[in-house]
Amino acid sequence: MSTSDKPETTLHRFLANPLAVVGAIILALIVLSSALASVLAGADPAFSAIRDAFLAPFSAGHPLGTDSAGRDIWARLLYGGQISLLGALLALVVAALIGIPAGLLAGYYGRWFDSVSVWMANLVQSMPGIVVLLAARAVLGPSIWISMLIFGVILSPGFYRVVRTAVINVRGELYVDAAKVSGLRDSAIIGRHILTVVRGPIIIQASLLLGIALAIQSGLEFLGVGDNSVPSWGNMLNEGFRSIYRAPITLLWPSLAIGLTCAALVIIGNGLRDALEERGSSSARRGRRKNVVTATAAMAALPAVDVDALDRDALDEAAPLTRPGVNTADETETIVTAPLADLEFVPEPAWSDSTPLETPEPDPSAVLSVRRLRVGYGSGPHDKTVVHNVSLDVHAGEVLGLVGESGSGKTQTAFAVLGLLPTGGRVTNGSVLFDGDELTTRSRASIRELRGTGIAYIPQEPMSNLDPSFKVGSQLSTPMMRRLGLDKRAARTRALELLDRVGIREPERTYDSYPHEISGGMAQRVLIAGAVSCRPRLLIADEPTTALDVTVQAEVLRLLRELQSEQEMAVILVTHNFGVVADICDRVAVMNKGTIVEQNDVESLFARPRHPYTQTLLGSTLEGGPSRIDLDRAEAEGAHR
Amino acid sequence: MLSFIAKRTLLALSQMLVISAVAFFLLYLSSSGIARTILGEQATEEQVAAKTAELGLDRPLPVRYVEWLLGVFQGDLGRSYFTPQDVSDALISRLPTTLSLLIATTIVAALIAFALGIAAAVYRGWLDRLVQILSIAGYAIPGFLFALLLVIVFAINLGWLPATGYVQLTADPLGWLKTVILPIAALSIGMIAATAQQVRGAVIDVLRQDYVRTLRSRGLSEREIIFKHVLRNASGTGLTVLGLQFVGLLGGAIVVEQIFALPGLGTVAIQYTSRGDIPVVMGLLIITSLIVAVVNLLVDLGVGFLNPKARVA
Repeated sequence: MSTSDKPETTLHRFLANPLAVVGAIILALIVLSSALASVLAGADPAFSAIRDAFLAPFSAGHPLGTDSAGRDIWARLLYGGQISLLGALLALVVAALIGIPAGLLAGYYGRWFDSVSVWMANLVQSMPGIVVLLAARAVLGPSIWISMLIFGVILSPGFYRVVRTAVINVRGELYVDAAKVSGLRDSAIIGRHILTVVRGPIIIQASLLLGIALAIQSGLEFLGVGDNSVPSWGNMLNEGFRSIYRAPITLLWPSLAIGLTCAALVIIGNGLRDALEERGSSSARRGRRKNVVTATAAMAALPAVDVDALDRDALDEAAPLTRPGVNTADETETIVTAPLADLEFVPEPAWSDSTPLETPEPDPSAVLSVRRLRVGYGSGPHDKTVVHNVSLDVHAGEVLGLVGESGSGKTQTAFAVLGLLPTGGRVTNGSVLFDGDELTTRSRASIRELRGTGIAYIPQEPMSNLDPSFKVGSQLSTPMMRRLGLDKRAARTRALELLDRVGIREPERTYDSYPHEISGGMAQRVLIAGAVSCRPRLLIADEPTTALDVTVQAEVLRLLRELQSEQEMAVILVTHNFGVVADICDRVAVMNKGTIVEQNDVESLFARPRHPYTQTLLGSTLEGGPSRIDLDRAEAEGAHR
Repeated sequence: MLSFIAKRTLLALSQMLVISAVAFFLLYLSSSGIARTILGEQATEEQVAAKTAELGLDRPLPVRYVEWLLGVFQGDLGRSYFTPQDVSDALISRLPTTLSLLIATTIVAALIAFALGIAAAVYRGWLDRLVQILSIAGYAIPGFLFALLLVIVFAINLGWLPATGYVQLTADPLGWLKTVILPIAALSIGMIAATAQQVRGAVIDVLRQDYVRTLRSRGLSEREIIFKHVLRNASGTGLTVLGLQFVGLLGGAIVVEQIFALPGLGTVAIQYTSRGDIPVVMGLLIITSLIVAVVNLLVDLGVGFLNPKARVA
């Protein structure tokens, strides 16, 4: 985004927000009418006629009536606006003059000035403003200008903090470094690059601080300790409050003026923030995308065996003719037949015109039987299908590998079976039979009854999947107490047994540890123990070894295999790593672009990959080098040693 | 844990020391002719000189500060210039009213803000939008305007509750409740608005965490996950915001006490500051900063209790 269209687009976004526009109009009207008080008032705000006290609104010559001294409320409101707004503005200017330079210096140079100024900002903000103003009033007298001057100092940390944060964030940016290297003076860098970035936060903060200054100022005057020689909104409040029983309506006008101004300022501030954030989020998204690309490129540069690392362009080059085309056919029928079937690969219409086969009936002997599963996000014209026509079966005691690149839909399939799709995601078609029960039509609560005891889940990233605020032990024993009905002691005993079983040397100590006190490998063992703790019939493991060190990976895989055969579990292992597949799986299903393209037992698939995509994945090797199958075999065997 | 408390206490004490020193010097340096002000225009030069000596105002400022500070540690805040009252007596007798108001407001605001924030984050949709709009309104409009509105509607027009007056909590709990409902309502609105907004954000963040999905996969009930795991992980943020809001609440209490004629610190503050009674002002400042320091310490301890990782620091 070029700098020239920035203010314009932000302004456009601001103007597109009706609430913000209303706020801006209200504020503009209030400011204008106060500025034009001498024209609009029609009366002297100080002219007092006791005979005319408490005239009702719409009296002759007094559009809003008169106060206890018979002064015209409309005139006082307009002239009072001048004083109140100028007073608040004074506080704002003082706060900006102190806070902005201090924030720039602290953020840009850091060091001792940063520590000292942070400490001072904390100090200033630890005292309630009104108490400080009362103290100042005790010795300096009741001048609104002096009060607002002091309040400006009290408000200055508001500017200081946002500026400092913004500068610290931008200081490390490459273009600032580039400017430094190219020999630009600090003052020029601050003026050209830094100020551009902090401008937005400063304007937002200004609108909020102005509202606070106005509120405090009228609060102080309302208390009767303010400057009552001038007609300000706060003084009008004080005056009206004294006659609250006689004429409560006199309180209404200054209250409305203050309330509307403060509300308009906050609404404008929020509108500005939204307008700026929209711009910020789009550029942040772009930045993140760039990072992903870099990371992938870096991984591709390594001799990695991960499918994830394969560059899409490299895939295209490797199989320019056989790569499936744009997969727009939603009803692509991908059928996965019973494990004994000879040929389990069904051609895709996108690259072959053969008619889809009949989808076989769900397999009653399977623990899990998925048919024509479709998962979509959003609704209406913008919905996006991420899994389509996935059918698979898993039997007791069998490990099914679900293999594919990132974004192939394998994790979405797993979450759909668990009933744990992220917000916005839902099963839009197909059936999920677990032990003969249809899950897609069951209520959320009744699917919950199955989790833990029927279907369990091992996540990918160990550290982020343990609640940091609870001890490992309680996270292990609570589900057993809830789901198996164990009492506290029995759950603890069983949890300790499980920790021992998954190879944790000091179960008692780990039981009493918080997640941040144990290593990633241990955390993954804890998660595996948690998953098998309620003796599930089906275990879904989503990349269970990806986040672990290579040495730990093999141990964890062996542990999974042992637990699986001990408990006769059916396992779906989601992975992108053929080494893991070769090591632990009985059968493998290959996913691409949301559908299963090929399914077979491991031996056959590795020996005779039928689908071009599988061939590409397995066979994208350097010419003359060992094939991917050999490499994966070697790795898998190495893992066993 | 003990060293953590000791460190925080030391920090709070040093902060109070700086505040009191700065305030003491600024207040005395910017006020002149204190004795003349007390005695009035008719007093002779000799009388003024005698009064100055009596109050110790002729001695060097640093000496007076150290004396004042030593007195503070013994609970002696000096004597008011204008009334024959000990400052500590005047302030401490008013403290329970203000403290009961502050504590009750904080509890009410915390309960409502957490309930609204959690509900908005969990249910989203129209409830979420409503909470957002109410938050903006509660934040934007100054608390004393709400107080005035409440007085006019509930005390003057409907006559349900007394507009002014105060009954000691210990003397008549029900009567106390009647006199503080409106002040508490007025004070808590801003606090609720700010806190609910932050709790909502924190709960949404926690609900997106991986461990929440894993807890669900274990078959725990949604109720247990939200009220045990999500609440605990989101409360740190809520507590911190409540602590920050509390400073503003102290200021708000002064105004609201005046509106409802509650005999708390606020009324003392206004009465004495308009006369320039520096010993009372100093006492007020030191008590205020003490309350803020205690609240900050409690917030730190609470966050440490909720978040095991923060306990180490």
